[in-house]
Amino acid sequence: MNAIIELFSYDFFQKAFLAAVFASISCGIIGAYIVSRRIVFISGGITHASFGGIGLAFFLGFNPLLGAVLFAVLSALGIQFFTKVAEIREDSSIAIWWSLGMALGIIFVFLTPGYTPNLMSYLFGNILTVTTSELWWMFMLNSVIVLFFAVFLRKILYIAFDEEFARTAGLPVALFNYLIMVLIALTVVLNIRVVGIILILSLLTIPQATANLFTNDFKRLLVYSSLFAFVGTIAGLFISYFLNIPSGAAIIFTLVIIFGILRLVKTFV
Amino acid sequence: MDPLIKIENLTVAYDKVPVLENVDLEIRENDFLGVIGPNGGGKTTLLKAILGLKRPESGKIHFSKEMSGRKKPIGYLPQVRHIDRKFPITVFDVVLSGGIMQNRQNAKSIAKDKAEALLEEMGVAGIRNKAIGELSGGQMQRVFLCRALLSDPKLLILDEPDTFVDNRFEGELYEKLEKLNEELAILLVSHDVGTITSCVKSIACVNKYLHYHPSNVISQEQLANYNCPIQIISHGEIPHTVLKHHHH
Repeated sequence: MNAIIELFSYDFFQKAFLAAVFASISCGIIGAYIVSRRIVFISGGITHASFGGIGLAFFLGFNPLLGAVLFAVLSALGIQFFTKVAEIREDSSIAIWWSLGMALGIIFVFLTPGYTPNLMSYLFGNILTVTTSELWWMFMLNSVIVLFFAVFLRKILYIAFDEEFARTAGLPVALFNYLIMVLIALTVVLNIRVVGIILILSLLTIPQATANLFTNDFKRLLVYSSLFAFVGTIAGLFISYFLNIPSGAAIIFTLVIIFGILRLVKTFV
Repeated sequence: MDPLIKIENLTVAYDKVPVLENVDLEIRENDFLGVIGPNGGGKTTLLKAILGLKRPESGKIHFSKEMSGRKKPIGYLPQVRHIDRKFPITVFDVVLSGGIMQNRQNAKSIAKDKAEALLEEMGVAGIRNKAIGELSGGQMQRVFLCRALLSDPKLLILDEPDTFVDNRFEGELYEKLEKLNEELAILLVSHDVGTITSCVKSIACVNKYLHYHPSNVISQEQLANYNCPIQIISHGEIPHTVLKHHHH
């Protein structure tokens, strides 16, 4: 116990703790929406495409998160464009953007002279190295997400559940879909530092699956998902520190274990 | 009295292939119009054009004064097969989604009271906190009917409300609709000619073109002429199949 209390006196650990809180709230809420709407695969595409932006940023020497945001939003629009205008099947156009982003990322990183030390932390995340400015960005994103969902919860729910009916009810369906797509892109990018590009889908789906064991009410799902994400992230953080294993992987592993145990408990109790 | 909706020369196409062509139709207050036709004949497309979900290639849909505005007083019950039954939403929230745009004061509490009353009326008040995935077909249709009625519509549009339901519920449903029809106009799409003709006042046969029958009497010959559904054969005993001369 003392060891844990002592940990909180370290600056890097305080930051990691805050990052865990912010990641849990944003991924909990946005993930619940993604899972409910069955757009997990699109989110995966956007996430991986953002690697292209990180590579470009390394190559040209600007902030990698900025590059990631750029590519995330571009790929979100690109997937829409491929599907709606170019009439390519949706799952195929997602896969195209998914792999195109990764490929560009690899090319740019390869072309960048010298060693790129942070690359691994973008792919697999490292919550222990999150910086203060990244925390501020995460804080702002969390504020926007919480506010947006608090104010428009019913509209978001109705549109997500039955888009056509929502249109007949006069709701601004296209606007909401667009806004939430942007929030998804931002959530993915700003949480890359916590669990990494390759693992972020887990924070958007596993806590939600766990929450879904206990509720079928959309509002509760948002809250429970954030709580389960928080428990898993914090537990994973400690495990990562004490066993000296990578934090992203430890977090995901913890999330899955929690889900598995509760799923079994639900079956047998 | 102006018709609530007047459709003139409407053509709707998907990928330039017309699904509906040169359709004319009027829907008046207290109409109870049954829309029948084969699968892929354009029934749902007609509804979507009226609801503003599908933009027509050509032609006009006029709405009367009381029907105009951004949120039209139309209650819509879509085909339940398009509903994601795993979506995490409760029955009560589904019903509430029917009336979000009311700009009255206390719109929220009015909507909640109305939703309670409708669920009570449909006999499904007991399941208000259940997830929609837990409902039977009949319960589901009732819940979606409650949602369609929440906003006090002047026109109720139902797309195959008789799918996934048992016969008992079907009977109840049509009784309920006849009662509702005293207050509002109804447009009912069904693939089941047998049940539809016993409760509607008029029939539109949709198979790319629309043929309007001002009564609920329609003959097998007529149906055959429009290439309309063959199901009528399986309902050979139903009393409404009165043969009437065909004018086309």
